Amino acid sequence: MRAVCWEGAGKVRVESVPDPQIINPRDAIVRVTSTAICGSDLHLFDGYNPTMMKGDILGHEFMGEVVDVGPGVPGLRPGDRVLVPFNIACGSCFFCKQELWSCCDNSNPNALLAEQVMGYSPAGLFGYSHLTGGYAGGQAEYVRVPFADVGCFKVPAHLSDEQVLFLTDVFPTGYMAAENCDIRPGDTVAVFGCGPVGQFSIKSAFMLGAERVIAIDRFPERLRMAREQGGAEVVDYEETDPLEALRELTGGRGPDSVIDAVGMEAHGTGIGNLYDQAKQAVRISTDRPTALRQTMLACRKGGTLSIPGVYTGLLDKIPFGAVMNKGVTIKTGQTHVHRYVRPLMERIERGEIDPSFVITHRMRLDEAPHAYQIFRDKQDECIKVVLAP
Amino acid sequence: MTEMLSHLKKNWQAQPEENIGEDERAISALAGGALALYGLRRGPGGLLLTGLGAALVYRGLTGRSAAYRALGLTSAGPDALPAPQPLTVTRAETVERPREELYRHWRNFENLPAFMQHLESVTALDERRSRWAAKAPLGTRVEWDAEIVEDRPGELIAWRSLPGAQVPSAGRVEFREATGGRGTVVRVQMEYTPPGGALGALAALVAGEEPHKQVADDLRNFKALMEAGEVPTTRGQPSGRGMDEPDPRAARLLARAGAKKGSVA
Repeated sequence: MRAVCWEGAGKVRVESVPDPQIINPRDAIVRVTSTAICGSDLHLFDGYNPTMMKGDILGHEFMGEVVDVGPGVPGLRPGDRVLVPFNIACGSCFFCKQELWSCCDNSNPNALLAEQVMGYSPAGLFGYSHLTGGYAGGQAEYVRVPFADVGCFKVPAHLSDEQVLFLTDVFPTGYMAAENCDIRPGDTVAVFGCGPVGQFSIKSAFMLGAERVIAIDRFPERLRMAREQGGAEVVDYEETDPLEALRELTGGRGPDSVIDAVGMEAHGTGIGNLYDQAKQAVRISTDRPTALRQTMLACRKGGTLSIPGVYTGLLDKIPFGAVMNKGVTIKTGQTHVHRYVRPLMERIERGEIDPSFVITHRMRLDEAPHAYQIFRDKQDECIKVVLAP
Repeated sequence: MTEMLSHLKKNWQAQPEENIGEDERAISALAGGALALYGLRRGPGGLLLTGLGAALVYRGLTGRSAAYRALGLTSAGPDALPAPQPLTVTRAETVERPREELYRHWRNFENLPAFMQHLESVTALDERRSRWAAKAPLGTRVEWDAEIVEDRPGELIAWRSLPGAQVPSAGRVEFREATGGRGTVVRVQMEYTPPGGALGALAALVAGEEPHKQVADDLRNFKALMEAGEVPTTRGQPSGRGMDEPDPRAARLLARAGAKKGSVA
């Protein structure tokens, strides 16, 4: 089959690799019909995760048709049309039982490696480095889905791929980010970063009752989408200091909650930004936490900071004093996607949201190298790419 | 004069006496060979390992250890060293299944190879005794007999190898209810005397068979098997590097699950 393989920092290639097979009883094989590139794939693409190996198959946002099932997968048969959350969960451990699906105890074969870095191992993820299992990803013609009885969600025929594809990651991720804000009537939510997760955070914040959402980015097309699709007020951080703007826009009190939808490869302005860029470039630090610092300062006293943005390692110069002294609550985590698929699919069915609004590019799987490049470099107003194998 | 010459000649020709026992010689030579190969494969950076490996091979083939001689030690003959101190490893995991069920699964030692990676098979000989076969470094195989020394249903199982085992070992597993009904705490203690003493431990480390890691891995596998019904693996999946070698344990589990499903259907 054809698959998007990571070849080294800044390089992916579409290669011919063997077809996946059932390995464990609870496996299924899915023929991928649609797959997307996630902003978090760019962290891998750029080589900031030291546990990537040359030849790893990327991709964790995908859906398709079941073509083979193991003997331990009741209720699933070839021909079923399914979408697959990006995290792999067994469904029966302490964490899965509490719906903390991204914390599954039993899905990371490299758990001991992850323990060394994080104390305890999170769940395995599709196509997301050997630290989280080294599973082959879904930017391919076929993919093996472990614990398929828990990890395959059937999709009704009247919903299109594009309507439901983002239930695998970015829609639930934006939704959980907003849910973590504990929004109350009258609240103002600030969203740093207007990529797909930021866009879904904006929509979700309004769904959950926010009165105002203020979105911060620097790319005109992303700010436009936030304003026109999401109904957010927008701040271009290259024109205005975002902290000043937020103070002004909230009448001096600050936003009730702040969402960091940027993560580890933030861009900023000034000396601090140069310092972070230099450290990350020589791999002294894994992460460039410009946005995280700003969110900590921007949040009002007693407010909530919600972090869906991905961080992998050690962060430098974090104003934790601001968090402590202002009594800010931090909520974060890889998204517990399984928890949100059904309720959010119902919202799609009721017509409350059509997640396909974020798609700017539709390409063939073979065009993945070009897609990665324009997505990373924000060329051609690229916000979200969907690939068809 | 003749006497003096003879004495000189004797000293000239005298080789240091053998001071390494047979078992340790074999292991030293094998481990040394592996180490030397591993060092060579790593290129210039592996020179030190290659040298160390070569030294191990030398002491294995000749039965002579300069280090032992310098220290006045021997593991050969009646003056052999007392057995090296056994290595003890403990590790606990909390498993989301009832205590009794976990105990029963572990108590059937024939189940152990499904989650203990180095074990090939365990065969029950009678109620208390069993025969164990395990993979050893460099594709070799070791076999030994073990007996249960303590058995408290639902709580504890302890076993140890019978005299004559190449790798004397003992194990103990305890099952205790976690607080608030949150599963069962399974605490494992493994104790064994590494083959080839400290050098064997070093070789095992290089070969990625470090005992702490092994016990931790095995217990995680047990937890996954009991909670999720299978052990997570990516062995046998495709990548740009080709197809990984399949996981034999997963293959056995898959075959068994397939047969069971077939018989039900």
